[in-house]
Amino acid sequence: MTEPDGTVVIALTVNGHRRSVRVFPHHTLLDLLRDELGLTGTKSCCLVGECGACTVSLNGRIVDSCLVLAAEADGAEVTTIEGLAVNGQLSGLQRAFLEEGASQCGYCTPGQVMAARDLLERTPHPTVGEVQEAMGGNLCRCGCYYQITAAVLAAAEAAGR
Amino acid sequence: MTGEIGSGTPRVGGGVRVTGAYEYVGDIRLPNVLHAKLVSLSCPRARIRSIDTSAAERVPGVRLVTTASDLPQPVPRFGPQFRDRPVLAVEETKYQGEPVAAVAGESEDAAEEAVRLVRVDYDELPAVFDVAGALAPDSPLVQDPSLRPGDAWAETNVLREHRFGWGDVDAAQSDVVVEGTYSFPMVTHFAIEPHGFMAAPDGDGVAIWSSIQHPYWLQRVIAQVLALPLAKVRVIAPDPGGAFGGKQHAKFEPLVALMALRARRPVRLILSLEQTFQAARRISTEIRVRTGFRSDGAITFRDIDANYLVGAYADISDRAVSKGSYVSCGPYRVPAARIVARSLLSHTPPATAFRGFGTPQPNWAVESNMDEAARLLEIDPLRLRTQNLARRGEIFIPGDTPADGEWEQAVRRTAEMIDWGSPLPPGRGRGIAVGLKSGPTTGLSYSTVRLLADGSAIVQAGTSDMGQGSRTLFAQFVAEELGVPVERISIVMGDTAVVPYDQQTSASRSTVLMGNAVLQACEEIRAKVRAMATRLYGIGEAAIIVERGTVRLPDREVPIEAMLKPGLGSLGGEVIGNGESRKEGEPGHPMGGTAAFYEFNCTAVEVEVDELTGDVVVARHVTVSDVGRAINPLQVRGQDEGAAIQGLGHTFMEHYVLDGSGRIRNLGAIDYRIPTSMDLPLEMHSASIENGDGPGPYGAKGVSEGALLPVAAAVAAAIRDATGAVIRDLPLTPERVWLALMSRPPEGRAAGRSAEARPGE
Repeated sequence: MTEPDGTVVIALTVNGHRRSVRVFPHHTLLDLLRDELGLTGTKSCCLVGECGACTVSLNGRIVDSCLVLAAEADGAEVTTIEGLAVNGQLSGLQRAFLEEGASQCGYCTPGQVMAARDLLERTPHPTVGEVQEAMGGNLCRCGCYYQITAAVLAAAEAAGR
Repeated sequence: MTGEIGSGTPRVGGGVRVTGAYEYVGDIRLPNVLHAKLVSLSCPRARIRSIDTSAAERVPGVRLVTTASDLPQPVPRFGPQFRDRPVLAVEETKYQGEPVAAVAGESEDAAEEAVRLVRVDYDELPAVFDVAGALAPDSPLVQDPSLRPGDAWAETNVLREHRFGWGDVDAAQSDVVVEGTYSFPMVTHFAIEPHGFMAAPDGDGVAIWSSIQHPYWLQRVIAQVLALPLAKVRVIAPDPGGAFGGKQHAKFEPLVALMALRARRPVRLILSLEQTFQAARRISTEIRVRTGFRSDGAITFRDIDANYLVGAYADISDRAVSKGSYVSCGPYRVPAARIVARSLLSHTPPATAFRGFGTPQPNWAVESNMDEAARLLEIDPLRLRTQNLARRGEIFIPGDTPADGEWEQAVRRTAEMIDWGSPLPPGRGRGIAVGLKSGPTTGLSYSTVRLLADGSAIVQAGTSDMGQGSRTLFAQFVAEELGVPVERISIVMGDTAVVPYDQQTSASRSTVLMGNAVLQACEEIRAKVRAMATRLYGIGEAAIIVERGTVRLPDREVPIEAMLKPGLGSLGGEVIGNGESRKEGEPGHPMGGTAAFYEFNCTAVEVEVDELTGDVVVARHVTVSDVGRAINPLQVRGQDEGAAIQGLGHTFMEHYVLDGSGRIRNLGAIDYRIPTSMDLPLEMHSASIENGDGPGPYGAKGVSEGALLPVAAAVAAAIRDATGAVIRDLPLTPERVWLALMSRPPEGRAAGRSAEARPGE
């Protein structure tokens, strides 16, 4: 329902927590996460869905959160990078990124990890080509691509053991 | 993991990166902050008639609209080489996107709406945006000549002309002279973190937050602009989310500082990616190279005339022009050299440092020229390199540091790794090129290391860790020197109020210069620990050795950690060591000082060219750098492969597209492509040459830029090898390759391996 100031109130689940928030209709899911919920692990860069820095999981599929209106997330389940480590324990993917040197400046890393997680959920044992294709929408200007691929494959292998 | 030298210790600070917890500038939320947005024009040059801010000021939530007339008069100018850049455009805009006003509001929405309502009445003026335009005598002047009083070039668009050389080029006896002109377009850093700036009143001073590489330099700039003592300017510089040279120098920090003081509130400005394209770019070039050879392949002379197109304001670009062109003869034995390099002003975004600092452009020219020479002389391109390469200790630039590595070793290793000389199928070709970059010519880094009462340690070092991994290396140094495990070390950077001075993070200097300061600080701690042991045990200092984490006494060994409690006494405390590392300049040296070290890299690629489409696939990419000592091989590999991939970007796809009016038509991520995981060589192999011959800790040299330098020339040489097509302009887009294939003379086609494989004929 639209409030007098033009906002709408939506309810969603973010990293397992129910949240009720007031959003403007033109604000994106990225705005909501970063500015309203303080979840700044999701990064902002191109704002046109090309760089993947703002990748989050929305109802089980990854999206560029800069291209999704916050209001569209009403009733949704959202997972962000902050939702991956449990009680301070890094996920297997996060550990693999560290061990393989897959994070240099680290700014693209949250988006990369979210994209990799989505891939491994659907394809637990991807080939190099499948990793590179699945991660093709996540830019890394430091050029860690080979290390990122190695990290995803290492995490897949560790999860399969 | 104790962080041994030479181990792949995982990134210190990596944990907070993979969880998203690290706060880059844009992630920091100050209470009561105002959001700023810039008002700019879409044309490269305009005369501002008037600016009407009244409608913008009425937007609910807008607190401040600033134009040049609201600033101190005359409007302050700043810049690392010339104080040429005004805080906001004065009377005339000189590049597309130059701000004429700035708005600050309670929300980004309010600021954005106000930006739309600022009415700028202006006349678009003719602009200079290429080399020919900059050199034409009737072209408009980019810079007001009054900014360069007494400069003979002030009435031209030549900011500076640099001349270097030795020997007598005109008297050189050559069997063959190879000449070509090679162009390198404007490209941009495209750090995934857009530039971000914040400022807030801080007592009787100001605090600045910036994703900047040189926080101490920024501190000086802000102190100048605001007429404040350095001590009243606190620069907080969180690790940049990628920088690559684009974040070396002040951009909009002075504006944000003035706005914050005016509003008496914190002000935050985060650029859009489109705005970062207009805030920083690499210098574009047109470089003519003439090289003389004896028929046996020996270089007789090199004659280089380089036009570097810099932007409307110099930033640090002219230094990149001089430093890059100065080493443009490469790592070769060149008996006679003449180098002329011009910095040409233009109505384009301010060019600045970008990985390689003025060197990738002449490298593209000179190494392509070498490949053409090899073909003409019918000498193997690999042999032509090794034959002319300076040997260790050989002076190859008179008056400068002699060759400081076994460079031929890197070339041989590269050749082995790419199977140089083995047969290839039609449509495939190989190319090789080398690159040399001068390291820092001066430097000053301080570090304070604090060994705390429980044996853990804090390192204060003013380096910016923008992805190169300096935090990790400094932790490894302290682990090695004091025996403190890496996980018990904290590295503190990025706050000028807390961390002692560092000149800058550039020229791949920090491992060497700050590293030596960290080592010296550890040495002081060891000396204090030795004195502590003397006091505690009544043994002469000469009989005590402090090594890694252990105090060796004549009859036993005590861990430092165990000695700290009795040694420090009941009040506790800590042991503090200070280190200072200097690379002094040399008066009269054309660069202000000799090179602290050289970065040398050899790159070879194998490509497959689709003659129907001009598409090029890199099947194999080999990159070998002389690093002295790989402190952390995991990070060295990341730097070399990352630099190689960045080099493939400007080789194959990156360039600003300008229309006939000088407007950039491909701002942003949709129309300006950088390499993705789908654009990679099918195989990439990197290796390091480690002879422990660098001036840094344990024999390290700087790493990070070398592997980018020769990529373009190696790829173009491989395309020539595959097809016979010679291309002298970047990027090597399918269209450009296809056109080159179509325009090959019949004998040119025969020079390639695929002459018979051209479809449709």
